[in-house]
Parts: sequence; C-alpha cells; structure tokens
Amino acid sequence: MKQYEYMAKAVLAEHGIPIAPGRLVDSPQSAFKAVTDLGAVALKAQVLVGGRGKAGGIRFAATPEEGAKVAGDMLGMFLKGYRVEKLYAEQKLPIEKELYISVTTDRNTKRPLVMASASGGVEIEDVPDDKIIKHYVDPLVGVLPYFGREMAQALGLQSSLFKEFSDLVVRLYQIYREKDAELVEINPLAVVNGHLVAADARLNIDDSALYRHKELPMVEEGSKLEQRVHEIGLAYVELDGDIAIMANGAGMAMATIDAIEYFGGKPANFLDAGGGASVEPTAEALRVLVSMKPKAILVNIFGGITRCDDVARAILQVKNGEGIPVPLVVRLVGTNEEEGVALLNREGIQAYSVMADAAEQAVHLAKEAR
Amino acid sequence: MAILLTQQDRVIVQGITGNQGRFHTRQMLSYGTPVVGGVSPTKGGTYVEGVPVFDTVREAIEMTHATASIVFVPAPFAKDAAFEAMENGIRLVVMIPEHIPVQDSIDIVNRAKMLNVTVIGPNTFGIISPQERTKMGIMPNHIYKPGPVGVVARSGTLSYEIAFSLTQSDLGQTTVIGMGGDPVVGQTFITVLEQFRQDPQTRCVVMVGEIGGSAEEEAAEYLSTLGKPVVAYLAGRAAPPGKRMGHAGAIIERGKGTLDSKEKALKVHGAEVVTMPWQISRAVQEALSRLS
Repeated sequence: MKQYEYMAKAVLAEHGIPIAPGRLVDSPQSAFKAVTDLGAVALKAQVLVGGRGKAGGIRFAATPEEGAKVAGDMLGMFLKGYRVEKLYAEQKLPIEKELYISVTTDRNTKRPLVMASASGGVEIEDVPDDKIIKHYVDPLVGVLPYFGREMAQALGLQSSLFKEFSDLVVRLYQIYREKDAELVEINPLAVVNGHLVAADARLNIDDSALYRHKELPMVEEGSKLEQRVHEIGLAYVELDGDIAIMANGAGMAMATIDAIEYFGGKPANFLDAGGGASVEPTAEALRVLVSMKPKAILVNIFGGITRCDDVARAILQVKNGEGIPVPLVVRLVGTNEEEGVALLNREGIQAYSVMADAAEQAVHLAKEAR
Repeated sequence: MAILLTQQDRVIVQGITGNQGRFHTRQMLSYGTPVVGGVSPTKGGTYVEGVPVFDTVREAIEMTHATASIVFVPAPFAKDAAFEAMENGIRLVVMIPEHIPVQDSIDIVNRAKMLNVTVIGPNTFGIISPQERTKMGIMPNHIYKPGPVGVVARSGTLSYEIAFSLTQSDLGQTTVIGMGGDPVVGQTFITVLEQFRQDPQTRCVVMVGEIGGSAEEEAAEYLSTLGKPVVAYLAGRAAPPGKRMGHAGAIIERGKGTLDSKEKALKVHGAEVVTMPWQISRAVQEALSRLS
C-alpha cells in the first residue's frame, strides 16, 4: 500500500526527520489561507505516481491570491491518469543541493538495502550506478550509528551535514522496519541553509503486514472494479483487451494471458481465482468477468487442490442464475475432472482438456464477436 | 535419488490440527512421506491421522528425532514457527503460508543461512521427490512420476500443469520444488540448480520463472557450471509494469524484472527458452535425446 507524500512526511516527522512546514489543501480558499500563514509555497499534487514535477504536478505561489488561483487550476486535473483531489502546500525552500536516500528490500541478497547519492532530485533509475552508494544491512544486526557515518563519509559530507546524515540513516531504517516498508525514500533530500530537509518522500507498506499497522491511513489504489475484486480476496489486474480470463494460481493466470496474446488475442484482465478456491468465490469471480462485458471468457483450470466439479458447479450457478451472455470457453483438467466435465456437458457446455486449444478457441470466438 | 528431501528425513507438521494441516498430513502420509509428528500448542497428547501431536517443536524432536518441518500456521505466526523449528535443530523447513510480512521472511532466511538450515518458501507448494515417494507440500499426488527431469518453479498450479504434461509424455521427475511466489524466499534458482547438479539422476532441468526480481538473470550465469541442459518457461509476457500479478513478487518495478531481460540472459547462457508452457515436454525430450 502506497502512502501519499503528506502521509509519508508525517511518519518522517514522527521519527525526528526534518520536513518543511506544510499542510493539506483541498480548495482555493484553503490554499489562500495556507499561503497567508506559510508565505511562499510549493503546491504539490497528492497522487501515487512518480515524476509528478515534470507532469505539471508541482507549482509555486508567492501570494495568497496566486495560491488560490493555482490551487483552482490544479484541483480536479488529471496527472498520468490520476485525478488530483488534494494538494500539499509546503513552504518554499531555498534549496542549495539535492541528495537522495532510500531503504528498500533487495530480493537477491534477501537483505535491506540503503542507497544514497549526491545526485538527488531525479528518479534514481536515471542516476548512473557509479554515483549511487549501496550499503546492505544484516537484518539480525540492524543499522547502528557507524553504518550511517560510513555512508556519510562515502558521500563526502562534512561537519554538520555528516552528523545529520548519519543520524538520518538510522532513523530511516527504523521507519523501514517498524512500518514494514517495502520502500522508504527521500528524494530530494535537500540541503537548506546548511541543514538536511526531506523535500519529497515516498513510503510503500508491505500489504501482507497491514494487519499490524492499524495506525496508518488506508489508501486504496486501482480502479473501482479492481478494488471490488480485491475485497472478495482475489488477485485481479485490469488490462485493456476484450477476452476476460480466470485461472487458478498466479502462475497459471499469467500463463493464460500470455497464451491469449500468443494466439493474437487481447486479454481484458488477470484473475487468480486461488489455488484451492471452492464454489462460491469461483462463482463470484466469474460474475465479475461477466460484468466486464468482454467479447469472450476463458476459464483455465488445472485442478490440483481445486476440484474440477466445484469449478463446474460455480460455472453452472452463474449460467443458470444471472446468465453468461458471451461466448464461454472452459478448460478443465485434474482432480475430479470427469465429474466436472460431465456436469458441464449436461448443460451443453464443452470442456477442453488442452490449454492451447482452449486459448486459441477463445481468441477465435472473440474475433467473431467483434 | 532426489534433492533436499529423501526417505531418510523425518517430518513434522507445525499447525497439524488446522484444516490445511490435517488435510495435507493425510495426503503426505498417503504419498509415502515419513510424517512422524505434529506440533500444535495446547493440543499435545492428541493424534491426527495416527500421528502424535506435541505442544512444542523441542518436544517433538526429542520424541521423534524429526529432521524436517512443514509449516501450516497462519501468516502472522509463521515467523515464530520457523524460528522455533530452526533454533531447535530442524534442517529443512518448508513454509507454505502466503502473506507472511516480508520483514519476517527477511529475518527467517537470514537466520537460516547462519544456522545452515534450508528454507523452502514462503508462499510455496513445497517439494516432492517422486523417486523417493516423499513430499512436503500441498501438490496433488497423482500428477508426478519418477524420472530424469528436475523441476524448479516459482509458482504452484503452473508447475502442476508442467509436471503433469511431463508425466503424460513419459518424462518423470527426480524432484519438483517450488521456490515460492514472495519477493523474499529461502531458495534461489542457483541454490536449487546446484543441488540438481550434484544429483546424478537429474539429467535435465526445467525452470519455471516469472516476471519480477532478477533471480532468473542471476541463475543464467550459473548455467555453464550446471553442465546439464535447461529448458525454461517464463510467465508474465503480457503483464503490464507496476502491477502485482497475483504473487507478491511478480511485479515489474521501475523497469526491473521484465520478461525480456530474463529471457535474454537465459538464452545467452544456453538455456532453451520456450514461449508457451505446452512446448516444454517436447523441448525436454529433444534435450534428453541429444544427451544419449
């Protein structure tokens, strides 16, 4: 779960990392008031995408009137597909220099990774490798102050910046651990009047750990439909094609959309109905697919723990209930296959046993329906 | 032969009295796994499927000389369970649960490394050695048969699909192992390939990868050391960047973890990369016939 900038900054501030004075505004009036109180500000769109500055998501206002006007322009605009509903008004900083720092999990070494650079202010992917300092953390030891000092030294920082940076590394790692962060990033980490200030912040929380972070505000991401499917506990991603798919297991679902493209079709979604889903969730998942009004639906099941007869019952429940008004292709193999196929055949639905044949047929039927 | 798990292992089930633990204890026993005990705090003294249940792993080891443990406890308790197993001398831990916090997994796998414990998972279907008639996992029993192919996969049902198609083509397996779908897991393709290298009966290896991370790229450089033919299939060709495709680890982040990069790396180092899962069996057949 991603946190908005203003939320991430609140967490930084709680952990003693300096941020500029700022507040959330959601109307020209509140922007007017913010500039009156704070002086010249940066108005920053609160959206969950990077590169927002270049896209026009950060603008400045020197007077309250200008603040109201700029806020009026920005609120309601779309940034990379996201509607801007809130702005963060932050006192404008006289930035002398921009650094970068983040803590994330390195999948290969299976260790926390602290990255820093003296070339901050741009996306870290655009910084050449030799300008990035990478220090790995032994999670069973953690980050002690010396770890921060070594990084500060590697960056060539001196005197008060050296001390402030060393201290900040320790605090940032604390946030990473305590908040179950996937990523905590300060970019730019600004030098203002010789001191460090977090000018922008990202904080992404591990979804699997949300149960122990009731203190964090919930941020929903994705389309309404994606949110609805996630609520029934299934993994779902919207794509831009017209063949809806459902499979059991994440790998199978990925392979299924790959197969659709292989035969020249376009998948409408990714849907993992679960490795051992029973009748009800499977039926619910199928209802979602029907509601998308695709040109065809492909159900691809390899029954291991999932039982083919359960899947067949789910399909029939939807067919005889709400109805399935689009071509349906079913591939059903594995545990209780005979029973499942017989159930479907009785209601006039053919079942494929080979994944390739089923995918090809779904693509064919979708083309006919176009 | 097989890798990592043999008939010499003595297996306990942590969380044996839950629905999943109970069901899969029955399945594992019926396949031939030497399940010698279970652990479920406060349920000590009872039996599940004829297997004695203990309150602690320590007691279970004292009474049964267990060497391996499969963990079925709910995700919030999984770290505790894994440490209980490792600190008491279990040498192979299979972590079935999905949605274990990554910070917990980091602690588990780093401690495992120190103690020289093999952790499989989390978020895995487990490991099965058809040659040894033994498994620790949740995979269906009937889709495997003994033979010369080693399979290492990141995902469950997709590996079932592939193992079954191998079996139907009369291509049996030495061991099929699931690394797990999480970003941080105990095994890498390299650690598993190294096991397959040392197993004389494994003549060909099938890698089932997917988008996200760079485990496949890292493994590619190991292939020349492996010295055995590798057939790879990678899932997620059609996946958009920035979206998690079911597995917590299956995501293209900031341009990293794309299928293209994995495919190129594997091909450069001599793996046969097929486009679709149903092309695997034929590729394995051809690789094996070139060997003989």
